[in-house]
Amino acid sequence: MRDLDTETEKPLELSALSVRLEDRAVLEGVSLALRPGELGCLVGPSGCGKTTLLRTIAGFEQPAAGAVRVNGREVAGAWGGVAPEQRGVGMVFQDLALFPHLTVAENVAFGLRGQPARRVARRVDELLELVKLRPVRDSYPHQLSGGQQQRVALIRAMAPRPALLLLDEPFSSQDMERREQLVTEVRDILKKEGVAAVLVTHDQHEAFAFADTVGVMNEGRLLQWDCAFALYHRPATRFVASFIGQGVFLDAVVRAESVLETELGELSGELSQRLPPATRVVLLVRPDDVIHDETSPLRAEVVRRLFRGATYLYTLRLASGAEVLYLAPSHQVHPLGEKIGIRLDLEHLVIFPR
Amino acid sequence: MRPFALRRSFPRPSLWTVVATVIASVVLLPIVTVLAHVFIPDGGSWRHLADTVLGDYIGNSLSLMLGVTLGAGGIGIATAWLTSMYRFPGRGVFVWALLLPLAFPAYILAYTYTGMLEPAGPVQSWIRETFGLAYGEYWFPEVRSLGGAVVMLSLVFYPYVYLLARAAFLEQSVCALEASRTLGYGPWRSFFFVALPLARPAIVVGVSLALMETLADFGTVDYFGISTFTTGIFRTWYGLYDEVAAAQLAALLMTFVFVLLGLEHWSRRRMRFHHATNRYRALPQRRLPPLAAWGAAAVCFLPVLFGFLLPFVQLGIWVEQTWERTVDERFFTLARNSFVLAAVAAVISLGVALLLSYGKRLHPTPWLKGLVRLAGMGYAIPGMVIAVGVLIPFGWIDNTIDAWARAYFPEGTGLLLSGTLFMLLFAYLVRFLTVSLQSVEAGLSRIKPSMEEAAWSLGASRGETLRRVHLPLMRGTLLTASLIVFVEVLKELPATLVLRPFNFNTLAVRAYELASDEQLADAATAALTIVVVSIVPVVLLSMTISHARPGHRDRKAA
Repeated sequence: MRDLDTETEKPLELSALSVRLEDRAVLEGVSLALRPGELGCLVGPSGCGKTTLLRTIAGFEQPAAGAVRVNGREVAGAWGGVAPEQRGVGMVFQDLALFPHLTVAENVAFGLRGQPARRVARRVDELLELVKLRPVRDSYPHQLSGGQQQRVALIRAMAPRPALLLLDEPFSSQDMERREQLVTEVRDILKKEGVAAVLVTHDQHEAFAFADTVGVMNEGRLLQWDCAFALYHRPATRFVASFIGQGVFLDAVVRAESVLETELGELSGELSQRLPPATRVVLLVRPDDVIHDETSPLRAEVVRRLFRGATYLYTLRLASGAEVLYLAPSHQVHPLGEKIGIRLDLEHLVIFPR
Repeated sequence: MRPFALRRSFPRPSLWTVVATVIASVVLLPIVTVLAHVFIPDGGSWRHLADTVLGDYIGNSLSLMLGVTLGAGGIGIATAWLTSMYRFPGRGVFVWALLLPLAFPAYILAYTYTGMLEPAGPVQSWIRETFGLAYGEYWFPEVRSLGGAVVMLSLVFYPYVYLLARAAFLEQSVCALEASRTLGYGPWRSFFFVALPLARPAIVVGVSLALMETLADFGTVDYFGISTFTTGIFRTWYGLYDEVAAAQLAALLMTFVFVLLGLEHWSRRRMRFHHATNRYRALPQRRLPPLAAWGAAAVCFLPVLFGFLLPFVQLGIWVEQTWERTVDERFFTLARNSFVLAAVAAVISLGVALLLSYGKRLHPTPWLKGLVRLAGMGYAIPGMVIAVGVLIPFGWIDNTIDAWARAYFPEGTGLLLSGTLFMLLFAYLVRFLTVSLQSVEAGLSRIKPSMEEAAWSLGASRGETLRRVHLPLMRGTLLTASLIVFVEVLKELPATLVLRPFNFNTLAVRAYELASDEQLADAATAALTIVVVSIVPVVLLSMTISHARPGHRDRKAA
């Protein structure tokens, strides 16, 4: 049987949401929507408002304008808000906030109040099974490892089957090696349960590993809400272009509808925005846009190189003094000071007005 | 540590704010009533008081305060310095044993010493027998005097100074003391010029607490026949039946209290600036040469001996002599009255403290913060003042209801609230709310806000979160808080004496009555019961202290 409503009922929809804290605008005009089962992620530098956004969805902060809809129901707006406990939104906290006086099983069962004991027990066991924590069901939080606590916090939030799950940098306390593994683990669990979720992080690799859709935030605004590929290759603003991935901006001038003049020569390709000829712009050049070609007349000097295991990241200086990044397989070694031939391989030219 | 607070709350009109506001206002009613009487014209009785006894009240109160400052301050500072800086025989025991006198209510100490030192008592009898003298042929100090009262009050209140001074000495960085030694100051000069000034704010706080207790004391000064504010209020109310004058005396007493409160508050704020450094090193405790070591042990032993051991043994001896006639049906009724009353008061006080501080945590508005702070002022207000502040509005409510009822049926309602346990419990709430409020707030501030946010996001309501998350997490704190209130109520004399229902007696009131009838030995059973129960929280406090190792910061002990 196909439920027609799932087409229209979005687990989360924010429309033009603005939040003020202590008379300072922390969020301005944020809009986004999540499809059922979709995993979203908000990245941005610290202080960009991403945690406030999460807390507003959960009901711990109050919007000044706009609306928050969960499963089609407006839970917060300028009129006020539904209390957090009545929103059906689960949350995993940055410090996990496990109840220290309750066992693992009791923590997970906390939100299942009012259900018959057998159903509670079944749900708790099912979730413990899902995250392979059956053996520690009667332990107390302080007896668990960091990763185990993380998983308990996750299934505790999932237990009441919330319409939406919010995760506030829950991996930031873990060390780097464990982190990647945990992120994929959590992603798999959420996908298995089919829960829609929003993760907040300042680490873009974590965001790409976790989410279907990533939003980049800065200074209280959501700059772009898109898939990882689009964020990297078609950034909407200069901030997104520099925040996501690596790259440099080269000065350029628009010559025609799809022709750009740069110091690397004339480039033709689809321009990311339509601008009149003679407009002075910058062109985004990613490391993977630069190709080593000894036949090219264009020469650049190796000024820095960074060993990254499978690859080398070279910094090359052009004749004008401008620098570009170049990613080479790690067996391709160029000493510092060597002049190598390069060319640009760009079909889509990402430009921003200067 | 700055307590955690939720950053903001919902604009929805909150039941918590309303409830907390109502409770806080009701709790403040007695204090406001008393202060308001300053502005009521009183038909000359104030003039009369001022011409006759007021000078005595002020003079005696100031003398007591001066004496207790020197007595309790001296004992407290000396014992705190010795136990925190030096090693000598018995130091480990003295660290906690020095708190034991806290278990003695001042009036019980006064009764006990009076019995011990009176002409027919064991001490004077022994003197007469040993030296073959007759009564009147030798000089013996009179206990029932101003000097005697100073000694009694100093003996039971020095632990306040000891606690705070010790914590301050332990927090001082040894660097400061070592620096002073390298600059040519000997140990004594270092103490007076470095350690003592650094600890001064803490000592001032301790002395202010002791002085507030001194002003609140009724049992001791009443028994010793010293006219102070508390006895004056009692006499004006029951002897002259002059409500307004009694309330005005109470208001004057409260201005004394407010000065002390201000002093305490100011010093507490300065305590924060007196940490010389953030790097703490364990205080190396100097071993004293044998003679000095025994001297130090004696200095620490004497307050314990006179403040606890001797009177405790004396009470035990009297109980042993009289128990066959004092431990009867009546005694058990008294004990039951006392315990039930104290338990109910403890539960009420805890419940109200929870409502107020949880409401404040949910809605940390300046309004609620201010109200909760005011509601927690009762500990500074003497029980006698609270009694007056409770009697007046309750009497007014009763008379108003009665007059209104008479319009409908001739008998009226009589006095509904006055002279009931309800009124007494209310007075206890006003006086001891501070104790539970401080504990609950400290307990709550240790729970991170994400704890309750987690509970809310799991669908728990505000009240449910309190019940399922906060209460279990604070169980220890709450138990301690209710225990302290329980014991304070058990010891409380003036408010109980004034407000208790007709024919309703407690252990404290019984001890007071028997002592007033000069049946000191018979009073011992009730007195000893109070002291023994009072030891429990003192032991808890002692444990916190001895667990905090010297050199580690033991703020908790303060």
